This record gives sequence, C-alpha cells and structure tokens, in this order.
Amino acid sequence: MDTIIKVAGISKKFVLHQQHDVTLNVLSEISFEVRKGECLVLAGRSGAGKSTLLRMLYGNYLTETGSIQMRHDNRWLELVGANPRQIMAVRRHTLGYVSQFLRVIPRVPTIEVVMEPALLRGIPAAHARRRAETLLARLNISERLWSLAPGTFSGGEQQRVNIARGFMVNWPALLLDEPTASLDDTNRRVVLELIEEAKAEGSALIGIFHDEKARTKVASRLLDMESEEINHV
Amino acid sequence: MNLALKNPMPIADENAALSSTLPLLKVHQLTKLFGHEKGCQDVSFDLYPGEVLGLVGESGSGKSTLLSVLSGRMPPDRGSVQYAEDSAEDNANWLDIYAAGEARRRQLLRTEWGFVEQNPRDGLRMSVSAGANIGERLMAQGVRHYGQLRETALHWLQQVEIDAARVDDPPRAFSGGMQQRLQIARNLVSSPRLVFMDEPTGGLDVSVQARILDLLRSLVRELDLAVILVTHDLAVARLLADRLLVMRRSRVVETGLTDQILDDPQHPYTQLLVSSVLQA
Repeated sequence: MDTIIKVAGISKKFVLHQQHDVTLNVLSEISFEVRKGECLVLAGRSGAGKSTLLRMLYGNYLTETGSIQMRHDNRWLELVGANPRQIMAVRRHTLGYVSQFLRVIPRVPTIEVVMEPALLRGIPAAHARRRAETLLARLNISERLWSLAPGTFSGGEQQRVNIARGFMVNWPALLLDEPTASLDDTNRRVVLELIEEAKAEGSALIGIFHDEKARTKVASRLLDMESEEINHV
Repeated sequence: MNLALKNPMPIADENAALSSTLPLLKVHQLTKLFGHEKGCQDVSFDLYPGEVLGLVGESGSGKSTLLSVLSGRMPPDRGSVQYAEDSAEDNANWLDIYAAGEARRRQLLRTEWGFVEQNPRDGLRMSVSAGANIGERLMAQGVRHYGQLRETALHWLQQVEIDAARVDDPPRAFSGGMQQRLQIARNLVSSPRLVFMDEPTGGLDVSVQARILDLLRSLVRELDLAVILVTHDLAVARLLADRLLVMRRSRVVETGLTDQILDDPQHPYTQLLVSSVLQA
C-alpha cells in the first residue's frame, strides 16, 4: 500500500533521423518499485542511462514500451501514453524533479522562482514566501540576492536556487539528478539534510549521486544499471 | 485528442476524472488549402481552459493559416471549430463558429476571445489615445461611464507596465515594445477566455522580448487564459506553451508536452527543427 511508483519493463531507444537513422538503445526492460520514505539510488557508470531514466519518469523523454505507474490523487495513473494534461497535473501535485541546471526565466526574481511550485498548488503567497526564505537561507544564498533574477548568479548559486525550488513543497515522489554535484561540504550537508527530511515526511525518492559519501548516506536501495548493456546499433 | 502519438497502453478509465473539465475549443479535421501543401489540413485537437498551446514550424508550414481559421477570421474548406459557450461543470453549449452567423462571430472576437497581432499597428487604433484603445472593447459592450472607462484604462496600463501619465498619448508616440504591451492590454480588458497570438514578440528587439514574455507568462497564469500561440522561436515556445503542435507542409507531424517535444523529438522534421537552433 505504501508503493508510490511502479515501473515495469520500460525501454528507451533514440532514433537519430538526422544522422542516418542511427538507433541508440539506452535502456532495456527496467523494472522496480519505490515506496514511501525510501530513496532508490541509480548506480552505474556514465552513459548507463541513469539521467535518461529519470527524464522518462518525469515525462520529459517519451516512453513507448512498458509501464510507469504513479500513485496520483489517491489512484494509480499510467504515465506511459498519458496525455499532456495528465502529466502536467502529476508534475504539479505528485512528482518533483531537481535537475543540475536551473532554467532561468528572464526577469523573475530568485524568491519567486523558488516559491513557484507552492503557488501553482494554490498555497498562499505569504506562507510560500516564508518557506522559500527559510530554504534560501539554509542553502546559504545571500539575502541581497533574493530579489534579483538568478540569470547572473554563479553556477553553484543557480544550482542551490534550483534545489530550494525542488524542496519547496512536499512531493509524494521526487527525482534528484546529482543534487550534490559541485557543492562545497557545507552546502552538500544541507542538501543531504533536506533529503533526509523529505524521506521522513514520506516522499519516495529516486536519485543519482556520483559522490560516494552522499550515496551511502541517503540510499535505501541501489538499482544497478551497470549490468544493463548499451547497444549502439 | 486525436493527434496523440501512438499510445502503446490505453489509459485506464479511473483516470478519466482528471480530464473531467470540458474543453474550451474542439477542433476537428480542420482544412484550408491554397495549393498543394499550402495552408493547413486535417488538424484536430482539444484545448482546455487555462492551457497554452504553441503552434511551431518553419515559415510556410501553415501555422498562421491555421491560426486564422481557428480564430474565426477565415472559413475552412472543411472541418469544424467548436467553442464551449456558457460551460458549466460537465455541460456546454457548443457553438460551431463557422455555422454561427457573422455577427455572433464578431461579437465573440470582441469579448470572450482576443487576438494579439505580431505587428501592434495591425491590432491598435494608431490615431486615438492609449486610453481609448483600452476602452474600446468595454464601450462595445455598452460601458459608457467615462470615469469607469478611465479607471479601467489606468489599471490596465499599470498591468502592462506603461506609465499612467501616457494614457492620453496616441500609440504612435510609443516604442514598439510599449505598443505591443498596449495591444495586450486592449485585448485582455474584456476578460477573454481565449487569446490567439501570432508571433507576439516577433518584431521586437531581444531586450524588449524578455519583458513581454515575462508579462504574458504571469498574465496567462493570473487570468487562467487559454492561449493559442504561433511562434517560430522554440525558446518562446518553451517559456510560454504547455504543449506543442509541430507543423510541416500544412500537416501536424508531432504533438505533445512542450519539454518532451523539445528534448526528445520523435519525428524527423521535429528533430531537424530542434537541432537547427543555435545555442547562445
């Protein structure tokens, strides 16, 4: 009953039509489940398809075969073949995603970038603002930057703004693509705390962590993707 | 929607609750051709309240023709556009906009619909004041009270970040970016449910574009507007559109969630389109 995500037999190939229809088989027959309060860590060398898998779960990459079921709004929703409105509803209420890079919207201040996931859910602005300020402060983003658009920030600052945004609301399921990459020790510890808090609140997490220490700290289980062969046809 | 890519798995009935809101617009097999593959053909989709749909593709792919036919400006050769009038929870009165009379169609375009032209000169009255431009739709709806019209004009100038002191100036005296913002205000004043936009940032300097895009983005959200947006600029599409229709030689070749189309395009033409964008 505590299962949040059920993945069965999903595969991914990319057909590059502009490059003589080269087919890249990146994933084949991946299956797993993730329950509330646990963190599944995707393990495997670079190129094993870890990020691809996260993007498929988020609906950013198209999944054509297999099944991705998500506990959404108290029922199971099949994401493979779901229409864009359904995926948008899932992204608003159920499934969060922290990528390594912030997609900057011109002119929007940092504080509003961070608050947005809460506002989209209809959480009152004052409440959202307090939470956003707490997160930015914990992630050591200087208060004088909060009212500025993050476009001109350093890479590390943008990454931390993105993490604050990702942890703005309680997600039933949260995808983490190298959230600790290139952070200093202080900030890495904060991110690991945020992950532990999300687990304690019952989020089901799926993450990629190259940093060995971070991985052993947060992982409840490992999904070994090393054994999945990559075939370049 | 009819254009969905192959769905390997049927969506379970229990998910139907998610889609219980009615569409605002139902488009079926819409076709308008001027010649072989010139225009648009066999286009079908549903648009929901609050949804932003982007039409992308290169020049000549038919996206502007499609926008004209969708917005009631050009009768199709065949197919239909149906608009949900007075929709309640699960019931709507469907108005076939080309079966409806000219008068009803015009009225719709002045009230519940809006149209933002690429060139603001085509969408504004250049000889009358900014305030009169904003007030025009309200006057057409019977508002005659001067103070009320003035107040609304000032409110909307503020919404689109134009100094209230400019309310009596004619749009001629405005910069291109200001004219475009004025055109947006002129359309939104009647609280439309659906707004068509044809390359709304197309003719503007890059420095001005960001401001318009940010403005459109927040207004769309605040007002829960449904938008059909034509753009050849994929960055604009990514910023504003929830989902995309990719057009090529009069046909829709791919549809889906905006970030999925841009990050994992399936059709050879979409792959070409996405890979041709220069990274800044």
